[in-house]
Amino acid sequence: MAKVKGDIIIDIEKCKGCELCKAACPQESLELSRKLNTKGYHYIVKIEDNCTGCTNCALVCPEGIIKVYRKTEKKKEQVATISNVTGDITVTVNS
Amino acid sequence: MNERTMTEEQHFEQMIEEESICINDNIVYDKPETLTDTPMHYCPGCGHGVAHRLLAEVIDELDIQDKTIGVAPVGCSVLAYNYLNIDMQEAAHGRASAVATGIKRVLPDKFVFSYQGDGDLAAIGTGETIHTCNRGENILIVFINNGIYGMTGGQMAPTTLPGMKSTTSPNGRDIITMGNPLKITELIAQLPGTYYVTRCAVNTPVNVRKAKMALKKSFEYQKENKGLCFVEIVTNCPSNWKMSPLESNKWLEENMLPFYPLGDIKKPTN
Amino acid sequence: MKKEYVLMKGNEALAEAAIRAGCDAYFGYPITPQSEILEYLSLNANERTGMVVLQAESEIASINMGYGAAGAGKRVMTSSSSPGMSLMQEGISYIACAELPCLLVNIQRGGPGLGTIQPGQADYFQTVKGGGHGDYKLITLAPSTVQELVDFVDLSFDIAFKYRNPVMILADGALGQMMEKVLLPEQKERIKEVPSWATVGKSKDREKNVITSLSLDPHHMEEINLQLQAKYRQIEKNEVRYEMTDCDDADYVIVAYGLVARISQKAAHLAREKGIKVGVFRPISLYPFPYEALNKLADNVKGFLDVEMNAGQMIEDVKLSVLGKKPIEFHGRMGGVIPSPEEILQKLEEKFAGELV
Repeated sequence: MAKVKGDIIIDIEKCKGCELCKAACPQESLELSRKLNTKGYHYIVKIEDNCTGCTNCALVCPEGIIKVYRKTEKKKEQVATISNVTGDITVTVNS
Repeated sequence: MNERTMTEEQHFEQMIEEESICINDNIVYDKPETLTDTPMHYCPGCGHGVAHRLLAEVIDELDIQDKTIGVAPVGCSVLAYNYLNIDMQEAAHGRASAVATGIKRVLPDKFVFSYQGDGDLAAIGTGETIHTCNRGENILIVFINNGIYGMTGGQMAPTTLPGMKSTTSPNGRDIITMGNPLKITELIAQLPGTYYVTRCAVNTPVNVRKAKMALKKSFEYQKENKGLCFVEIVTNCPSNWKMSPLESNKWLEENMLPFYPLGDIKKPTN
Repeated sequence: MKKEYVLMKGNEALAEAAIRAGCDAYFGYPITPQSEILEYLSLNANERTGMVVLQAESEIASINMGYGAAGAGKRVMTSSSSPGMSLMQEGISYIACAELPCLLVNIQRGGPGLGTIQPGQADYFQTVKGGGHGDYKLITLAPSTVQELVDFVDLSFDIAFKYRNPVMILADGALGQMMEKVLLPEQKERIKEVPSWATVGKSKDREKNVITSLSLDPHHMEEINLQLQAKYRQIEKNEVRYEMTDCDDADYVIVAYGLVARISQKAAHLAREKGIKVGVFRPISLYPFPYEALNKLADNVKGFLDVEMNAGQMIEDVKLSVLGKKPIEFHGRMGGVIPSPEEILQKLEEKFAGELV
C-alpha cells in the first residue's frame, strides 16, 4: 500500500489571512496564526501533520504563495536474494 | 553483509520519516514563473489573484511568455502588469478590447488577451466588447465579473444583481429604475465572431481547475486562429460586498452563480 | 527616377502618402469631410504593402486600436474630422502620456456640435492647447496645399518616432476635398526594426515592456510629467516650422495657417497691387508655435491681421508672440465660410484705416 505524504510552505509575509485555503483543505490542517506578519495580517499556518499534498489550498490562494510537496512512498518488498556472490554483478534498470 | 545492508536501509527509512519532504523533487504545486514576486495590491480573498495566477500558469505551460501581450483594464486590475511577467499595455476605461484588436492586427502571430472587469467590459466598454467579439478578433477576453465597481469603492455595476446593495443602490438594485443586470456573456455568445464562450469561477479548487482549462483551451484556439474566445470568471469582492472572504464565497455560490450559471455558453464547433 | 505628378484629391493624396510612407496600420471611422481616407486605404493598401486597414465601430475604438498597434512599435495612423476628433481626445491623452508615436489627421469642419460639413479651423484650441485631460502636447503640422498634406505624412512619422509623441496633421475640409497637382513620394518599405520599448512579447533577455499612463505615486507621476515637459522643451527648440511670404519690406503682415494662409497670400498680392506693402506669416507647426520668429517680425512692421476660420483662436498665440509690440487685428469667418482674398484685403484696409491713407 502506497503511503502519500504531503507538506506545504506558505510565504507568510505575503499572506493576507483570507482563510480561503483553510476552507478548501479537506484535512483541516490549516489555521490562522495568532501572530501577525509585518503587513498586520494574521497569517495561515499548518497545524496538523496530516497533509496529503492535494494542492487545494494552493489552487484557491489568491496570493499564489503556497508551495505544495508530495511524496508517495512505496513499501519496500523483498523481491530477490543474492547470496554467495564471488564475481561482479551488473544490474540494469529499465526506466 | 546482509545485516549491514539492512541497517543502512532502515537508517534511510528513518531519515525519510524525520526529514522534511519539502525538496524540489517533491514539488507538486508552485507559483508559475510568469507570475512575478510582487505582492498583489488586491484585498484579502479577492479572485483577481487566482485569475492572474491561472493566466500565468497557462502561459508557462504553453511556453508562450515571449509571444504573449496582455491588455490591462481600468479597475482593480489596472495594475495587472505588475504581477504578470509579460509585455502588457494598460488601456483606457472600457477600451481594452479595442487596444487588443490593434495589437493583434499588427502582430497576428502573437497571443493577445485583454483582462477586464464588469464595469470596464459591460458598461463603458460595451460597444468595443460587442464589436470586437462580432469581428471575431482572434484574441482572448478574460471577463472578471464580481457584480460591482471595486476600484472606485463599490458602486452599482452593469452586472449587479437585482436587489443587491451597492453604494449607488444603497437599498438594493431596483430594476424598475436602475435597469437589469446585463448578461453580456450570453449576449456575445450569439455573435458569429465568437468561437468559445464560457463562464467559470475560482471559488473552489474544482472551479479553479476548470477555469484554468478554459483559459488554456482559449490560447490553444487562438493558436489555431479559431476566433474570439471569451472566458467570464465570476468572482467575489469581499471589501465592497462588505463580507469576509469566506462569507463572500458563500454569497457568490448562493446568489451570483444561480444568476450567472457556470459552464460553456458557446461550445467550439468543428 | 521619373517624378510622379498626379492630380489628386487632398484626402486621397494623404492616404496614398501613408501607404508610401510605409504605414503599418490605419484605423478609422467614416465622417465627412475625410471619409475618402478610409475609402482609399480600403481599396488596396493591404494588398500593396500588407498594411492593416480596419474600419472601427467608432472614433473611440479607432484611437484605442491605434494605441494598441502603436504600443507594438508600428507606424500607425488614424484620421477623423472635428466631432470625431472630440471623441478621440481621451485616447490621445493616453497616447501622449504613454509616449506612443502615431499620426493623427484632423480634416476640420465647422463646429461646434454637429456643426457643418464645410471647412473650419475651430479645432485649434483642441489640438494645440490640449483637447484631452492633463498636461500634454500634440506636435501639430498645418498643411496649406495638397502637396504639403502628402509631404507631412512621412515627416510626421519621423517626428513622432523621434520624440515618441503623437503628431497631428491639422487641415480643413476644403484641403481634404480639393484636387491639386501633387508630386508623390517613392514607396518606402515598411520598417522591420522593433523599438526597444514595444510590446511584442517579452523575450528571455530583456525585462517586460509595459505601455501605461498610470502611476499611483504622486512623486513618480510628477516625474513622468517632468520628463514629458523636458521632451516638449526639446520639441519647441527643434521643430518650429513657419513660412514668410513678402515679409521683408512689409508694413502689415497677415498671420494665417493652412488654406487661409494661401488665401491671405492672394490678398497680400492684391494689396501690393494697390501699393500697400503686405506680407504673410504662416505658422506651419502650430505646436510648437513660432513665437520667436513672429516676435522678431513685429520689430519691422506696423501691424498684424490675424485671419482664421473661427472666432479667434490662434490669435492668442500671435498675441503671445508679438507681446504688445504692435497692434493685432482679427478677421474670422465661422460655420464653414471661407474668407475671400478681397474680403481679407478689405478688412485689412478697414482695420488699419487711419494708417493706410
